[in-house]
Amino acid sequence: MPQFTDLLFYAFAGLTLLFGFLCVANPLSRNPVTSAMFLVLTIISMAGLFVLLHAFFLAAVQILVYAGAVMVLFLFVIMLLDLKEEDRRKLNKTAVGLGSLAVLGLAGVLVRAMLAAKPVIAAGSKPVEGSTKELGRILFESYLLPFEILSILLLVAMVGVILLSKKDLK
Amino acid sequence: MLENILSDPSVQFFLFSAAKIAVVFGVVMTFVAYAVLVERKVSAAIQDRVGPNRTAPPLALKIPVLGRLLQRWGMFQPMADGLKFILKEDFTPAYVRTIYFWLAPAISVIPAFLTLAVIPFGSNLGQQKMVIADLNVGILYTFGIVSLGVYGIVLAGWSSNSKYPFLGGIRSSAQMISYEIAMGMSVVSLFLISGDLNLSKLVEWQANHGWLVFYQPVSFVIFLVAAFAETNRLPFDLPESETELVGGYHTEYSSMKFALFFLGEYANMIASSAMMVTLFFGGWSLPFLGKPAESLLGGLIHIGIFIAKMIVLMIVFIWVRWMLPRFRYDQLMDLGWRRFIPLALANIVATALGVALFNR
Amino acid sequence: MTKVVDRSPLNFYEKTYLPALVEGFKVTARHFVRTVKGENTATDLGDGYYPEVPWRVNEGYRGAPYLVRDQEGSTKCVSCQLCEFICPPKAIKITPPGPEGQGADRPNAEKMPREFEINMLRCIFCGLCQEVCPEEAIFLQQHYSLSGLSREEMVYNKEKLLKLGGVHAGIQKWKHKLEEAREQESFPVQVD
Ligand code: SF4
Ligand code: SF4
Repeated sequence: MPQFTDLLFYAFAGLTLLFGFLCVANPLSRNPVTSAMFLVLTIISMAGLFVLLHAFFLAAVQILVYAGAVMVLFLFVIMLLDLKEEDRRKLNKTAVGLGSLAVLGLAGVLVRAMLAAKPVIAAGSKPVEGSTKELGRILFESYLLPFEILSILLLVAMVGVILLSKKDLK
Repeated sequence: MLENILSDPSVQFFLFSAAKIAVVFGVVMTFVAYAVLVERKVSAAIQDRVGPNRTAPPLALKIPVLGRLLQRWGMFQPMADGLKFILKEDFTPAYVRTIYFWLAPAISVIPAFLTLAVIPFGSNLGQQKMVIADLNVGILYTFGIVSLGVYGIVLAGWSSNSKYPFLGGIRSSAQMISYEIAMGMSVVSLFLISGDLNLSKLVEWQANHGWLVFYQPVSFVIFLVAAFAETNRLPFDLPESETELVGGYHTEYSSMKFALFFLGEYANMIASSAMMVTLFFGGWSLPFLGKPAESLLGGLIHIGIFIAKMIVLMIVFIWVRWMLPRFRYDQLMDLGWRRFIPLALANIVATALGVALFNR
Repeated sequence: MTKVVDRSPLNFYEKTYLPALVEGFKVTARHFVRTVKGENTATDLGDGYYPEVPWRVNEGYRGAPYLVRDQEGSTKCVSCQLCEFICPPKAIKITPPGPEGQGADRPNAEKMPREFEINMLRCIFCGLCQEVCPEEAIFLQQHYSLSGLSREEMVYNKEKLLKLGGVHAGIQKWKHKLEEAREQESFPVQVD
């Protein structure tokens, strides 16, 4: 049933884009909690895309880590700060200029990358079942060094936060 | 024509899945209703009371002996409760954030039911495997869905726009995140031993090698306590603690919306009991009934075993509620972060070493 | 003699919460088993349960405050309004007879209330009215189950209060005083 999966792909991709847009520029509500909730929906529909790629592990982790933990903390902070509905402020010209420059740059890189990439999956390669094992193997064999460096990066961030929050302690 | 369609494997798959979903949903809903009754009866017995013993529809009392007996046991109480919830006034206070206020109860119920999808509640019945979705990342899926469960409570607390619900929401988000970590870490060691993330495979492994609770008692204790915290049951019911926060996150709710929270709590309890049975108590298997069933009867027996184990665990849930006082917030955090997470980590390391040494 | 309670710090085993858990399981299980087996005196009420068989309260229970009559059947309250003033939630409302009103229905008293209302929805059953009453005319009695279908119904008037209160035997302050006075009169006093 290839048509059906295609349909699902377009549905999830469309939803991701729609929710992403509503997250940053919701015309109906400028409430930060609403934005956060739309970000959660974006993440969930992206997990749907991962499922269509048979990357179940990534999909589950995406929901578990981003939607389940990171966004809850976001929500936690937003609620604690009790942000009122953001007032419509005047547009800052420099920010708009620099922002669109950054977006264009990023989009350019992405388009280049997509054009350069060959359609690997579509070329009838066998779908990666049991992807957890393979993912683990790849992570801990070929990409061990970057993986460890990343974890040290996270550790540094953690130590930094502890140091900042406890700076009056000796 | 019809036979052609029916013999198409994908159509069959769809039909059987739909049937399984309907049955599981129905069974769980009944379980929720009667779990409430059992809770009331057990708590009554523990507190030297009688419990519900007088609800009965007029006709039921006409049945000679049985009618009175059922009335004494409170068998009709769930119906009365349900009816009451439906008929009560559904009140939305004027100061709430309406959209989230309406969404929150639904958001808190859905995850509880979704987690049931990956739980193998029997071996097989005919040709069908008794699990709705046999995912090969089953456990991760469960944790992902469980972690979404907190949104219902947080949003309910926030959208109610008043102090106590808000405090309840804040507490619940902190509590859920903390204990999710301990919970997730506690099961890692199980999968180190069995070597597969698929829950059906895990049950099969246990059927062949013995229950995992005997291999991993520390994991089990951590998982059990974390399950209490995740389902907001006493002694971890800080988000709703009546004595401090009126009703916590559901203070402003009434009628069916409140009932949904209630349902969510009990569905969560069922889901986590089912999860524990699957992870630690060998799912549908018994030490001498370990083979996947070939006959219809065998399949039914396996489902029965699973449900029986689940009921035992749920009674433990209920029992504990009337035994322990509520934790204080700092004690809760202390227990989660400074006791359980290091313990779970140590357990993972020890298990990994053990697996590396013995499974060469 | 002072009793020293040993509060030594918890040892490791106790810090794991395990002994507390085991103890808790034991206590609750004991109660559960006792009730289920029907050996629990608290749940075994023989003749039935509450709404059909009302709970018998003990002497001295402070339920709803009612007015009482004396043995001769006359109203004891003299409409002094002390209870009205002391009542913390202002549950009592007394209408005195006024200068032209009807007098008391018993000797030794000047008047009795024209109307005496207690709003049972406001009453907190504190017992101050009973304490303050100089005539021992109002008592908190054993009645604990008050219910009604409207707010008006829960305001008990004089007739209702007197009917519910009944006769309060034994305490007849003025009869007592009268006898005392008579005794005083006939008391043989030798004055030299
Ligand atoms: S018992 Fe207390 S509250 Fe009630 S009527 Fe008497 S003084 Fe008032
Ligand atoms: S009940 Fe007692 S205190 Fe109250 S008015 Fe009558 S005599 Fe006075």
